[in-house]
Amino acid sequence: MTAVDNATSDSTVRLGTHQPKSRLIVGTGKYSTFELMSECLRLSGADVVTVAVRRERLVDADGRNILDFIDLDKFTILPNTAGCFTADDAIRVARLGREILRGLENPGSDWVKLEVLADTRTLLPDPVATIDACRRLIDEGFQVLCYTSDDPITARRLKETGATSVMPAGSPIGSGQGILNPGNLKICLEYLKEDDPDYPVIIDAGVGTASDVAVAMELGCDGVLLNTGIAGADDPARMAVAMKNACLAGRDAWLAGRIPRKLYATASSPDEGVITWQPAPQA
Amino acid sequence: MISVIVNGEIFRVPNDSTMSTLLERLKINSRYCAVEQNRELIPREQHAQTPLAEGDAVEIVTLVGGG
Repeated sequence: MTAVDNATSDSTVRLGTHQPKSRLIVGTGKYSTFELMSECLRLSGADVVTVAVRRERLVDADGRNILDFIDLDKFTILPNTAGCFTADDAIRVARLGREILRGLENPGSDWVKLEVLADTRTLLPDPVATIDACRRLIDEGFQVLCYTSDDPITARRLKETGATSVMPAGSPIGSGQGILNPGNLKICLEYLKEDDPDYPVIIDAGVGTASDVAVAMELGCDGVLLNTGIAGADDPARMAVAMKNACLAGRDAWLAGRIPRKLYATASSPDEGVITWQPAPQA
Repeated sequence: MISVIVNGEIFRVPNDSTMSTLLERLKINSRYCAVEQNRELIPREQHAQTPLAEGDAVEIVTLVGGG
């Protein structure tokens, strides 16, 4: 392998039986038009996109469905259980999502992004109900990607339960606060990967701008899932490109290994051969 | 006629209605939908053989944008 090949090679992330090419997973919510959403999905480079399960409009249906704007041959759909506050409801919604995707023959019919919420203001997850729902969905044959907080103990419990991926929030959903507690995320990563370095950990929620994605990837996360960071930007299409590039840059920086932080400066140019006056070295 | 509750709204449908005839009546593109009867998922292969009864609660869901 040449140095150039070595500098650009990377493994793909494994999410159970799925191996997406991109480490960025993007949501499809909050776009002003389906056309803009479609363009942003393409520009983000993602090959996995999340969707929600909701009531069909019976009376004022305009005949346009989001599925007409997502290339089902190109994208793997990851249905979520957003809006569920009990394990029973999350299981109900997961089954309905699977039923729709099975009919469409999309490979996303065997997995789910599990969200069991506990609080409407913070949208923080209910850890007990999430673990319960995770176990029951695995029993039903689902590969379960679990939205959770950045608590390392819950993360470890979810992995022990059999979650395909643990997906801690960087900060509250849609808040744009980025990565609030990198220390906790580092502990999550250590705990989840200590005997299993390929176990996938994805930052889900809180991304406000491209640097947040880069920070998540530089911590050693395997991917980032975001929605509002793109859909809510002034120019969503340009932000989709920025998020794609940040994900690639952050991943490369992680693989490259950053330099240690030091309090004092270290000159980049040699001291030897300097022709000008130098102050005496300090102690 | 019988009354069934579809997505929270009451609909009057013929006595011999099935899940399939309900979806046709409502002009639902069933390819993009999943259906529950009284909180039980009814797989699409069973829609035609699933009769509706007075007071049944039917949920018809689809996929929408989400994160």
